[in-house]
Amino acid sequence: MTTTATPTPVGRKPVARRRIALHIACLAALLVMLYPLAWLLATSLKPANEVIASLDLLPSHLEWSNYKTALDGVNDVSVWRLLTNSLLIAGGAVLGNVISCSLAAYAFARLRFRFRGPLFAFMIATIMLPHHAVLIPQYIIFNQLGMVNTYWPLILPKFLATEAFFVFLIVQFMRGLPRELEEAARIDGCGPFRSFFLVILPLTRPALITTAIFTFIWTWNDFFTQLIYLFSPDKFTLTLALRSFVDASSTSAFGPMFAMSVIALLPIVLFFLAFQRFLVEGMANSGIKG
Amino acid sequence: MTTTETPAPARTAQATPEQRPKRQREGAAWVFLSPWVLGACVLTLLPMAVSLYLSFTDYDMFNSPNWVGLRNYTQMFTEDPRYWRSVVATLTYVVIAVPLQLGLALVVALALKNMKRGRAFYRSAFYAPSLLGASMSVALVWRALFNDGGTVDNLFGTGGWIFRPGWALVTVALLTVWQFGAPMVIFLAGLQQIPGELYEAAEVDSASRWRQFRSITVPMLSPVIFFNLVLQTIQAFQVFTPAFAVSGGKGGPADSTLFYTLYLYDRGFVASHMGYASAMAWVLLLVIGAVTAILFRTSRSWVFYASDTEGGVR
Repeated sequence: MTTTATPTPVGRKPVARRRIALHIACLAALLVMLYPLAWLLATSLKPANEVIASLDLLPSHLEWSNYKTALDGVNDVSVWRLLTNSLLIAGGAVLGNVISCSLAAYAFARLRFRFRGPLFAFMIATIMLPHHAVLIPQYIIFNQLGMVNTYWPLILPKFLATEAFFVFLIVQFMRGLPRELEEAARIDGCGPFRSFFLVILPLTRPALITTAIFTFIWTWNDFFTQLIYLFSPDKFTLTLALRSFVDASSTSAFGPMFAMSVIALLPIVLFFLAFQRFLVEGMANSGIKG
Repeated sequence: MTTTETPAPARTAQATPEQRPKRQREGAAWVFLSPWVLGACVLTLLPMAVSLYLSFTDYDMFNSPNWVGLRNYTQMFTEDPRYWRSVVATLTYVVIAVPLQLGLALVVALALKNMKRGRAFYRSAFYAPSLLGASMSVALVWRALFNDGGTVDNLFGTGGWIFRPGWALVTVALLTVWQFGAPMVIFLAGLQQIPGELYEAAEVDSASRWRQFRSITVPMLSPVIFFNLVLQTIQAFQVFTPAFAVSGGKGGPADSTLFYTLYLYDRGFVASHMGYASAMAWVLLLVIGAVTAILFRTSRSWVFYASDTEGGVR
């Protein structure tokens, strides 16, 4: 190598400058991205006349009465009731998905049975199946069972491992666990049931937590299914209650509407802050094979 | 067994326990699978068959279905301008939102890739909208921001995008693009699995950054790009909540945000034309299947798998 051929590629200073520029760009992008969320929070505390008229992000004074109005709820149903309904549905869905998806995943990841290959391929295919292809007959089935306008259509499918995405996620995780563990358990006299509950399930905890968190957030945010199956206001979830603001959008209700939106987002924000490591890693792992 | 004088049956009895664990395991597998099997049969396969049948009927929820042959389909394709408007709106949305979202996700992932300090923070912060954005709450914020007199109008004088047929769709697409965090996190994880030696070797050969991106990053990342592309495209075809919120459930203005699913909901659950909605659902299923198949077909020429030995995975 001659000295002329290798001029020092990049000096120390430009690298540092570049790094600072990158941070500035990232922070600027973040500011723009998080603006709608800041706007939501600010507007929920604005007096009615400032919501549209004023360009300021911050309210002139904090209008807590928006939250008082929001707590009264919609259609004579208090926010507490709506919150309980949302929690009930999301909690049932979490329980159902964790139990049923881990059972199915164990069979696919670790046990041998006939038609394993074709059934696994079918399971993967259902990830891509649009919900709408099964929607109407499912509605008819639940209607025949007298379950429309109850929470069963929202919870029961989760106990039957219908969300194949999570089965897939747990399968991928279980495949990464060393087989020796189960072989040791088998020598100690464990059948498939005991080695599932005592050996595999405890080790699968990260994948189960990811499943639980995503199920909670997706069920909480879900709108379409709730819109179809629930119609009495006392059964409404927070998401559905917000819908009444969609139909009658009078400007005077802006403050309370966004106060309620904040209340509806709060559990997700708390989940996000508490579990962001699991969320981000769970998302990353879903795309990459273990 | 107590008698040692009967060796022949004892030997066969000896042989079966050896096979029994296998059969037991097979039985155990079906026990573990039973919830999924039940769900797959009762909530997936049966409904698919029923919705295919209903798509050839005039079922309305109240009267028993009458066979009408292909009438739903012919009506859809030849006599229903709203159907075509919903097709155009959905395709336009998919074509705008998915490439922008994935492009932005890739750019941000590349920016964060070599960052030493602050990467975890940015990763989480950029990811946040992906979780919140699917909610009705944020859809309502979006409507207010892009409304007449909303922040975007005040800043850029757009005069309320959600009232202009051409721009209402862009507003909804922007909400999707804003949620680029989920694919970004997947890209970032993929980028970190690319061996650093490849870039070092390229440095030695004094390959430009652009050349490194084209010859190392894109091929090595192609399975992840493909995964994100398929997933986001399928999801985009089924978008519902933001269009419902922005247009008050009507798909307006001038049907510009009448997405396929919104019109399906309107036909099936508002107008009680379950047969017609079932036909729409089956066309959607076939289109998504076709698009996925095309993506898989083209992927052969640009998706590169480093270890093709693990055939069965994915």
